[in-house]
Amino acid sequence: MKYLHLIWAALFRSKTRTFLTLLSVVAAFLLFGMLDSVRVAFNSGGSVAGADRMVVASRLSITQMLPYRLLSQIEAVDGVEEVSYAAWFGGIYQDPRNFFPNFSVGPDYFELYPEYEIPADQMRAFQADRTGAVVGRALAERHGWKVGDTIPLQATIFPRGGDNAWPLNLRAIFSIDGSKRRGEENQLLFHWEYFDEANDYVKGEVGWYMVKLADVNDATRVARAIDALSENSDHETKTQTEQAFNQAFAKQFADIGLIVTAIMGAVFFTLLLLTGNTMAQAVRERIPELAVLKTIGFSNRSVLVLVLAESVLLLVLGGAIGLGIAAAIMPIVSSMSGGMIQLPGVPGQTWGVGLALMATIGVLVGLLPALRAMRLNIVDALAGR
Amino acid sequence: MKRLMKWLVNLGILLALVAGLVAWMMAPWQAVLGVAVLLALWLALTRRGRQTLAVAGVGLASLPQRWGASSVIVIGIAGVVGVLVAMLAMGEGFQATLQQTGSDRTAIILRGGSQAETNSVITRDQVPLIGSLAGIARGEDGRGRVSPELSQVINLVSKGDGLDANAQLRGVGPEGWALRPQLKVVEGRAFEPGLRELVVGQGAQSKFEGLDVGRTIELVNQDWTVVGVFASGDSHDSELWADGETLASTYNRTSFQSVTVGLDGNDGFTRLKAALAADPRLKLDVQTTRDYYAKQSEGLTRLIKILGTVIGTIMAIGAVFGALNTMYAAVAGRAREIATMRALGFRGLPVVVAVMLETMLLALLGGVLGAALAWVVFNGYSVSTLGQNFSQVVFQFQVSPELLWTGLKWALGIGLVGGLFPALRAARMPVTDALRAA
Repeated sequence: MKYLHLIWAALFRSKTRTFLTLLSVVAAFLLFGMLDSVRVAFNSGGSVAGADRMVVASRLSITQMLPYRLLSQIEAVDGVEEVSYAAWFGGIYQDPRNFFPNFSVGPDYFELYPEYEIPADQMRAFQADRTGAVVGRALAERHGWKVGDTIPLQATIFPRGGDNAWPLNLRAIFSIDGSKRRGEENQLLFHWEYFDEANDYVKGEVGWYMVKLADVNDATRVARAIDALSENSDHETKTQTEQAFNQAFAKQFADIGLIVTAIMGAVFFTLLLLTGNTMAQAVRERIPELAVLKTIGFSNRSVLVLVLAESVLLLVLGGAIGLGIAAAIMPIVSSMSGGMIQLPGVPGQTWGVGLALMATIGVLVGLLPALRAMRLNIVDALAGR
Repeated sequence: MKRLMKWLVNLGILLALVAGLVAWMMAPWQAVLGVAVLLALWLALTRRGRQTLAVAGVGLASLPQRWGASSVIVIGIAGVVGVLVAMLAMGEGFQATLQQTGSDRTAIILRGGSQAETNSVITRDQVPLIGSLAGIARGEDGRGRVSPELSQVINLVSKGDGLDANAQLRGVGPEGWALRPQLKVVEGRAFEPGLRELVVGQGAQSKFEGLDVGRTIELVNQDWTVVGVFASGDSHDSELWADGETLASTYNRTSFQSVTVGLDGNDGFTRLKAALAADPRLKLDVQTTRDYYAKQSEGLTRLIKILGTVIGTIMAIGAVFGALNTMYAAVAGRAREIATMRALGFRGLPVVVAVMLETMLLALLGGVLGAALAWVVFNGYSVSTLGQNFSQVVFQFQVSPELLWTGLKWALGIGLVGGLFPALRAARMPVTDALRAA
């Protein structure tokens, strides 16, 4: 710490060069912050909350529905604490481009999602109203909806009495604590009973069941038991944890992890080269100074550490600024994209990986120049040879 | 006062640079070629031009001394161009696959208000009504060329990671094959109507496990045999085809999801649209298959293009700083040499142009390297993603000459920005100070 001033002075000796290198590092880590957050968001199907939830869907196809009578059968399975159900509705509000997930849910759906915070009086109003709807706070803010408004949802799959209009009364607004899952506030939920009785096409069918486990470690056994209920029938099921379900779904979209890793690999390789070059130049220019340091008593090892510290400081400074800009920009991008992309901010995981990368690249980049500084022959260096 | 003037001049140069960059990005290749030819003529024929060549020659001859720093520019720009071209190639490949799927001679009819086949329902009694509409081509037997089709999303295991993924199973009517002339059976045979037989597309066969000729897969507890493989060079390659009626009975479907029809003559579409609008029993939408499939690719293609451009821009900014760094160091290292030449009588302009030529040459090298890398590694690379029907669409990266040219333009643009200010500094150095510098 006492040598920080020395290191800082050494770093900013050539202001232009250091600023330009710093800006390159900032650009690289800005990209890293943004891309890695997207990767984490795609892969984090669930967090600790929800580890005890399982999805029971049709094994044949995601668009196939399951019979309602399975509900009592699933409830009877040992290890199941609670069951609810939902059916995809796929309606649109005003413009197909305003897409948000909307589906009908069973009465105890919200008990399986304790992380959805709803004021008790709003919940009661929703339960009492057959055509009531619950909306996430982010979605309500985006369209300016308030409790009591009528939302004119238009169906794309299920008409009602030959018509596509499904007006619903907004009775409750839920919010989720925790920025990582803010995307889930982008949903609309209404009563399955209303859907079942009013739609023209399907009766007594649900899209999927949500199961809450009594014991989180029991997942595999319970999954097998539930699937055994519908074996060899025309509605075979596949039960998996909510996390596995979301991940498999995201995986179908693109192998995001691979793309992000490939791009960041190219970026960091270039960055390594750039900063390596800068550090080599910096040390080359300061050979007489380093020789003077060694003359007045700095050991070989301390000179090595000084140079390494300089390169790590450069990287950490640039990287922290880059990640900071990413953390500031992403909420702006989210709000500008109209909710299509929900990037709440740079998650802790990305900061951790980023810091580790900064330290590693800093050491790698500074190693050769530092070794060179360490091995300086004082007399030759002072003479300028 | 002098500082203010200097600052204003620099600002002016910066604005001119931005304007020049914008013009460069929008210039077609003929304009660039013209500029290059003019530049070559100037270099070869005028006095200043020949001076520039001399200065540039000296600079390039001393390049091997600075290869470490120069490689920063080359590899940095190669990285930018490589990533940019790869991402844009992904978008182009997806768009091309979907656009080729449709044609102006066929149209697809969906329920009014549906955006995709999975959302649409067309009941059986509507099919003969559709067959009698104006604008539909007639076959030899006088009946309309109409193929009512089912779209079923099924779960199959993908090769490679062994995870489940969705595949599109299409049940076609008897006219289904004839309406898509680009589709050819390349292995085995077509399915027999009434039997549980499948013909799979080449893309589906490469993506999913167990789709070889002779193998069976289980759908709704029934065994279906794969009897053939077809190739069509578009998004149908990712599908599995079966007989529509057999599929309907397997999945207990009482209605169809879409009707593909052949159009009669150049005005067939307009007549068909008018006839549909005039019939109140049929609340259906019609589009040519070309429009339908083109629309499906819009969203994802735009996302990929925007993403690619954003990532490319951020990387380019990083590369610009790298180039600036290197060129400032190069100019500083050659300060005495440049000062000597200016003392001899070389003017400012040849020095500026020479330094910029050097930077642009390195940038061009980087661009060519990046473009070549992208072409070798990514051209024809097969990937798949989730299509509009909730099932996998297999497509190939398409590194087209236009994309390679775009990559080179970006490389030269980066070289331009990265070389200008160091070049100006080289030309403005006070000669006496620089001669005295060590």
